[in-house]
Amino acid sequence: MNPLAARTLTVNPARHAARAAAMGTLALLLAACEHPPMDSVQNGYRGLGMVQVSDPRLGSPTDNSIPPALPRAPDVPGGPLAGDTFKNVQVLKDVPVAEFARLMATMTTWVAPQQGCNYCHAAADLASDALYTKVVARRMLEMTRHINADWHSHVGDTGVTCYSCHRGHNVPQYVWFTDPGPANASPYAGNLAGQNQPAPSVRLAALPNDPFTAYLGGSKAITVIDRSALRPDADKGASIKDAEQTYGLMMHITGALGVNCTFCHNSRSFFDWDQSTPQRVTAWYGIRMVRDLNQAYLTPLTGKFPPERLGPHGDGPKLNCATCHQGVHKPLNGVSMLPDYPELAGRH
Amino acid sequence: MAEYHNFFTRVQIRGPAYAGVPLTGGSFVRQGKMRFLHVLGRLGDAQIGPVYLGLTGLASLICGFIALEIIGLNMWASVNWSPIEFVRQLPWLALEPPAPETGLSIPPLNQGGWWLMAGFFLTSAVILWWVRMYRRARALGMGTHVAWAFAAAIWLYLVLGFIRPLLMGHWSEAVPFGIFPHLDWTAAFSIRYGNLFYCPFHMLSIAFLYGSTLLFAMHGATILAVSRFGTDREIEQIVDRGTGAERAALFWRWTMGFNATVESIHRWAWWFAVLCPLVGGIGILLTGTVVDNWYLWAVKHGVAPMYPHVGPPVVQPTLPGVSP
Repeated sequence: MNPLAARTLTVNPARHAARAAAMGTLALLLAACEHPPMDSVQNGYRGLGMVQVSDPRLGSPTDNSIPPALPRAPDVPGGPLAGDTFKNVQVLKDVPVAEFARLMATMTTWVAPQQGCNYCHAAADLASDALYTKVVARRMLEMTRHINADWHSHVGDTGVTCYSCHRGHNVPQYVWFTDPGPANASPYAGNLAGQNQPAPSVRLAALPNDPFTAYLGGSKAITVIDRSALRPDADKGASIKDAEQTYGLMMHITGALGVNCTFCHNSRSFFDWDQSTPQRVTAWYGIRMVRDLNQAYLTPLTGKFPPERLGPHGDGPKLNCATCHQGVHKPLNGVSMLPDYPELAGRH
Repeated sequence: MAEYHNFFTRVQIRGPAYAGVPLTGGSFVRQGKMRFLHVLGRLGDAQIGPVYLGLTGLASLICGFIALEIIGLNMWASVNWSPIEFVRQLPWLALEPPAPETGLSIPPLNQGGWWLMAGFFLTSAVILWWVRMYRRARALGMGTHVAWAFAAAIWLYLVLGFIRPLLMGHWSEAVPFGIFPHLDWTAAFSIRYGNLFYCPFHMLSIAFLYGSTLLFAMHGATILAVSRFGTDREIEQIVDRGTGAERAALFWRWTMGFNATVESIHRWAWWFAVLCPLVGGIGILLTGTVVDNWYLWAVKHGVAPMYPHVGPPVVQPTLPGVSP
């Protein structure tokens, strides 16, 4: 007897229903998956898995186009400078008055498009430092110039402007505060040890969910892999918990840049610089830059902020990689806004 | 022929329930009424009972229950006793070992003490169950192969959670109890020690793991393939091997020139399965105690090949006054 014929005879409604239910379950399980084809770009020697995989149908979480610039005021040699014309100009002293006005107007659209000039300036006296936002904005201008002048190793010739991070928000969308841990945590049981929750900061891994306080607020050593084959002495080296914390920081970086590990590392030997990509060097400087900015600019501003701008531990907003990158490995897709705003480039 | 292509046993032969061979002494006897369950018969033997719990079995279950309670209640406490959050976050939740500062001392309950306690009871449960397996095998006059295979798994479990942390001088080196957390731990462990794939014992362990699946597939497939000749019921094959077993042997001699015997295939399977955690445990034990970077170890011993570098040379950056 033909086995196929035998099978056809045995099909009954119950089996049909079971089969339909199974197919339905399968469809539900696969619903959250991304379907092929994926784009893949090889960035290392063949056979090493040095590949960036991306879904061409997934956009970036943020709009990475740059806003239109106001036309530049014509340069008048020997014309009046902002520092001589206005009171209490401390940073942009050497900017011509017309250009100064243009930059102020532009900064308003970048940082406080809803509130306008009075978000930072007291209406009665534009020169007054009465509003905390003006004090913070001045420090941020210094920071922007510092980044462009002293962190060429990370930002290159592209540089940054206020818009790189703010994108029309008073406070950039991606900032961090020290994580207070779970609310109402019992002192007797259920200590999650700062990890083991689906935390967006580490892309929903169970890794330590505040890698920022130690590594980007502080300067804890990120390296956990020893540089010798055998244990040289009684030194224990980094613990597994250190390794997990570093792993958490790396997860943050991959999410912030929209890349995977092999964008910077050859995963066969994560530590080895000789086998890494040039991007790892840029990232190395980037981490040091973020530390510098948090330690020298953001943290000292803590006392200036009103309570509603502070985190649960009373610390001010701070930077990480996502603050500027916002999902792409070159912020604003690598387009430089500095040619339109040379006064933000900083000087040396 | 279609009835031979099925995941489940299609034919159930049911005789009178069998109480087992007579017990030799001991205070416990086999308990429970003997029953038959058709659904179980589709997967294995339809007969349920009699069971033998015994002192070690009872103690093991109690210890296991305590361990599970400590782990589960800690996880539940960590989401403020919310049943919904417990289910939603369960894959992420964990009972974490103590922090590195604790060393090998005994920390307060919520700073790793619960973890130590759960580990103690879970280990007790596992070892008591091992004793039970050994003694039940002896009571039936069997060999103790099952107990020793189980011991290989216990060895790996103890290396990961007890022996290596002891040698490292930190409870914090041990594995957390949790679904994703123990996987993250594994990835972090490999990265910390320069890529575990370059550890030769890890290589061996993988070879035995994959070898086990291969042997399992070959053996399972072979026996199923000759079950149509009744080979699975060739009880008399010791003195009079039936044509089914003969065909199975001939099949492998034809296809690969060599065949295991009905007995030796189980020796192959046993050793592959046992060696997988046995050598894996050796690899874990050496990691961090003797070897700090398996990739560099492999380079030193000519195991890891070098590949051409693509793109501009990359050197470790430095900044004046900034540590790397």
